[in-house]
Amino acid sequence: MRFLFKTSYDQDIALARHGGQRFWYGLLLVLLLAAPVLLQDYGLAQLTFVLIYGIVGLGLMLLAGFTGLFSIGHAAFLGVGAYVEAYLVARGVPFPLALASAMALSAGVGVLVGLPALRVKGLYLGIATMAFGFIVAEVFARWESVTGGNAGTHVKAPAIGGWALDSSIELYYLCLVLAVASTLGILNLLRSPTGRAFVAIRDSEVSAQSMGIHLARYKTMSFAISAALAGLGGALYAHMIKFLSPDQFDIIQSIDLLLMVVIGGLGSVHGAFLGAMFLIGMPQLISASKDVLPDAIGQAPGLKAVVYGAVLIAFVLFEPMGLYGRWLKIRTFFTIFPFYRKGMFKRQKSFQKSDRLR
Amino acid sequence: MQVLQLIISGIAQGCIYGLIALGFVLIYKATETVSFAQGELMMLGAFLGLALMTVTGLPFWLAVLAAMAAMAVFGVAAERAVIRPILGQPAFSIVMLTFGIGYVARGAVTMIPAIGTETHTLPVPYKDQVWKLGELVLNVEQLVVIALTVVLCGLLFTLFRYSKIGIAMQASSQNQLAAYYMGIPVQRLNGLVWGLAAAVAAIAGLLLAPITFIHANMGFIGLKAFPAAVVGGFGSLPGAIVGGLIIGVVESLSGFYLPEGFKDIAAYIVVLAMLMIKPNGLFGETMRKKV
Repeated sequence: MRFLFKTSYDQDIALARHGGQRFWYGLLLVLLLAAPVLLQDYGLAQLTFVLIYGIVGLGLMLLAGFTGLFSIGHAAFLGVGAYVEAYLVARGVPFPLALASAMALSAGVGVLVGLPALRVKGLYLGIATMAFGFIVAEVFARWESVTGGNAGTHVKAPAIGGWALDSSIELYYLCLVLAVASTLGILNLLRSPTGRAFVAIRDSEVSAQSMGIHLARYKTMSFAISAALAGLGGALYAHMIKFLSPDQFDIIQSIDLLLMVVIGGLGSVHGAFLGAMFLIGMPQLISASKDVLPDAIGQAPGLKAVVYGAVLIAFVLFEPMGLYGRWLKIRTFFTIFPFYRKGMFKRQKSFQKSDRLR
Repeated sequence: MQVLQLIISGIAQGCIYGLIALGFVLIYKATETVSFAQGELMMLGAFLGLALMTVTGLPFWLAVLAAMAAMAVFGVAAERAVIRPILGQPAFSIVMLTFGIGYVARGAVTMIPAIGTETHTLPVPYKDQVWKLGELVLNVEQLVVIALTVVLCGLLFTLFRYSKIGIAMQASSQNQLAAYYMGIPVQRLNGLVWGLAAAVAAIAGLLLAPITFIHANMGFIGLKAFPAAVVGGFGSLPGAIVGGLIIGVVESLSGFYLPEGFKDIAAYIVVLAMLMIKPNGLFGETMRKKV
């Protein structure tokens, strides 16, 4: 068992709470740095996808998990980032500049969508973002001079001057650096007054407002940051997949992104990456299980949807804190070893808070 | 004449949206849950009707009734199995749950060998008939949709106005706790509401089937019923139908007069505009928050 003996207030907001955390996260970083040596090409590509989806998940987690605003159109921001990146890189704009523009434009679009969010809440916001997502997907399909329309468009490798990052290892390191940077950024944001304001808005808008939090400003800010991260993820996604078409950014993708943060565990930064691992790893597991299952089940095209749906239902019913919650339980079991009780994480019986105001 | 023609086909399409939106509104009013699985329930209803007609050879009208009954049972069972255990948790958990139900339903239908991945036509008795009324060419399929929607609305109105169970549903949707104190079995009613919504979805599916086709992804049309529900005001039953009609007519007209591509997103543009101007919808109640 470990006892945390706090001797200064700085310890409350330190990124790593004790030596153990420093050791394990350091080890994780070393392993990630060594991944190109340890993994085959295929494994490395999957890991790159996990990092990319992790970045997008961080954005959505900030919005949904920490500010309590649900977006059912997040694929639109992903798409904006991807297409801006593809367009600019194809016209010879240096890669860091293109990346920054992708993020900035996504954030701008995010602010635009965030504006109705100031008037509507809860389910209406979800529908507004969904409607927006559909409109953007249609724009991707119709604006052929920029996006290539339904025929799709190819994406060039990122390049700075004469140095092109065209191998999978270089792309992996690029994604790793950006993923680590955005994770640290989000962690830092969350321990600052801004992040605390987000959490306050999530827990109760009325009490946040009465504490002097400017709801409109912070909600818009949350939308902008979330969209910027989605745009960053989208830009990397464009380089990774090398071919963009509008159907990659439809409602299914948006729902998958939501599924990712819910399964990862709403309200935890770990959850974004755990969810990304689930989203990328699950198809592999399913295709691996195809050899074992009888043909009637294993070869059926709907298997993936059934598994995703069933896992989602199971998580919402039995593990509302997601994969991260499961990990917390396992960790708590070992850290306080003989004293773990069954009811420690029991969901409190709560009465529904009405969205309908009266 | 052409405008009238377009408006009639818009109304027929709008009735479908309205019927699906009716399902959302019923569930929302009773349990304050938004069901994203409504489109998939519609798809299941359509497939069930198809199976009843082709495999067991039931006549169309009997098959419709049987499919409705079966879907009602399915709705009650789904509510009992997955929704009720987490009632009272944050609304978004339940929304994700309905996404999950939708995924499973879509995947399960796709998994049925040789049937799930195909598109089917429903052999209805009024297939491909037209009535000529002056210059107007009226498609019987569309007229049936409109007529049945009117009948169904009348039935629902009677149910909510005059039957004991309907009045109990109204009471519990206005204030669950007070209704509970009055001895209304709120939980059982919630189950019934899910059954009712699923039955309405089944009708919508069977009415839509002759106009489009039956396939596993037809449930995505349910996403267009959200704008209908929002335009009408999410808590209002007549609003759902009116919203559906508005969306249907706008869609049909914009498909003809505006450039290609606008037809698919017209509904969403309308709903975004509505949310900016009047977030509570046409028939929504405006309520102030008290602390």
